[in-house]
Amino acid sequence: MNKLILGRYFPGESWLHQLDARAKMISVVLLIAMLFIANNWLAYLFLWLITLFIMHLSQVPFHTYVRGVKPMIWLILFTVMLQVLFTSGSNVYVEWGPITISEYGLINGVFIFSRFVMIVFLSTVLTLTTKPIDLTDGINKLLTPLRLVKVPVDDISIMLSISLRFIPNLLDETQKVMDAQRARGTEFGEGSLFQQMKTLVPIFLPLFASSLNRAEDMANMMDVKGYNSGIKRSTFRRVYWKKQDTWCLCGVFFIGVVTVLLRG
Amino acid sequence: MDMQIELKDVSANYQIGPIRKPNVLNSVNLTIESGTFTALIGRTGAGKSSLLKTLNGLLLPSEGSIRVGNTVIKSSNQKDAIRKIRKQVGMVFQFPESQLFAETVEKDICFGPLNFGVPLEEAKEKAKKVIDLVGLEPSILSKSPFSLSGGQKRRVAIAGILAMEPSVLVLDEPGAGLDPQGKKEIMSLISTWHQQEGLTTILVTHDMEDVALYADRVILMDQGKILKYEKTKKIFSDTDLLESWGLEIPQARHYQRRIEQETGIKLPNVCLTLEELADALVAVGLV
Repeated sequence: MNKLILGRYFPGESWLHQLDARAKMISVVLLIAMLFIANNWLAYLFLWLITLFIMHLSQVPFHTYVRGVKPMIWLILFTVMLQVLFTSGSNVYVEWGPITISEYGLINGVFIFSRFVMIVFLSTVLTLTTKPIDLTDGINKLLTPLRLVKVPVDDISIMLSISLRFIPNLLDETQKVMDAQRARGTEFGEGSLFQQMKTLVPIFLPLFASSLNRAEDMANMMDVKGYNSGIKRSTFRRVYWKKQDTWCLCGVFFIGVVTVLLRG
Repeated sequence: MDMQIELKDVSANYQIGPIRKPNVLNSVNLTIESGTFTALIGRTGAGKSSLLKTLNGLLLPSEGSIRVGNTVIKSSNQKDAIRKIRKQVGMVFQFPESQLFAETVEKDICFGPLNFGVPLEEAKEKAKKVIDLVGLEPSILSKSPFSLSGGQKRRVAIAGILAMEPSVLVLDEPGAGLDPQGKKEIMSLISTWHQQEGLTTILVTHDMEDVALYADRVILMDQGKILKYEKTKKIFSDTDLLESWGLEIPQARHYQRRIEQETGIKLPNVCLTLEELADALVAVGLV
């Protein structure tokens, strides 16, 4: 559980760490969109190079990213297998009942695999280099136009920041409870599926109980501190759009143009 | 039963999310005699909890080996050894009430024994025995653990460990967050159980009064290393050293020092409890 890096922040001083959260979010969304535009080897190769370069810029060790992909690797491989086994077109290598392995399917499999892995890598770059609090501030700012149509932007962003804030706590607590139950003789990842599911009960029940307690405490605390939705709140942290953020977006725009040009 | 604990050159790393903490334990060598009550003290982050975890196979050493009784744990370990060691070493975590989950107190206490293959009837017998031991009414067995008060939850959680009948008991601040009376009761029940069953007990604590009252040895840790490992009296004789480590001094010892400074008379022995201090004062004729 401690190995899970989803939503964790990696403290650092890199250029990426210093970028504005909004610039990073927009860039990641655009880069992911490009992954869906790319449709040939050259475009994918180009995007791989860009992704690896961005990961290098973050100054986070490469194996950390690999660990980010690990929990999802089976889902990714399953999707790739579906693609490889059930796509026909151009040279067909194997044909057996409903299963066909074709050149087209294989190529598509590689593309889909790349797409998945790069999506995970890019979004991990975002969460590893941006503090959760900066992310929610950024989201709050980006959603500002929606205020015109009466969307409760402040409420949404405070809900987001509270849930992001508690992800590490929840993970640490999961680890603690797992350790405690292991010390009482539970063995995880053993036996039949049913047995494995049974071992989850002693973890989830204490976690639910403590999360509910914590939510209650948090709600009381917010009441005491005078939180009231619908009231205009001032902000403690300011976000600044700097020159480098503009450069970042220009860079992403340039990458976009190249990807479109490389497209067959 | 001989439950000597021996750590040989044990180093361990710790991983939290993307951040790796190397050497939370840094070549630790340690031998804890069977049947002793050892207090483990040191600042936050000194590696106390990590040391406890290695004793239970929850944190595997990157180097070195740990022997409990005749079971040995190394970095590459077989499941059997870990299972065996967990059966022998009962571990009470910090705030152990966070591990309660079952519908009834009885089921929760039986969870540990059942995991280690004790038959259901026998486990229920044990539950009755330990619930009495931790000072709760047998009627509580049929209640939900979530309906209990904080102090009761803590006792039930400790009972759940005692029901496994471990020969080594490892506790991480069992009294934290309880009222003084509740804390005292928990500590004295642990001490009683330790003597009755002839356990080897290791206690992590920040409370020097507990150390003075219950422990016969003290391990002082800092930055993953063991600085001092002495008999309790010996470690409290050098008060300046303790203060330089930011640790408190037991009340009685503190008074002793004040009296010695004011009167210029040196008391014959290191006093850790008020009774000892009173006796010493009578002995030198100050009272």
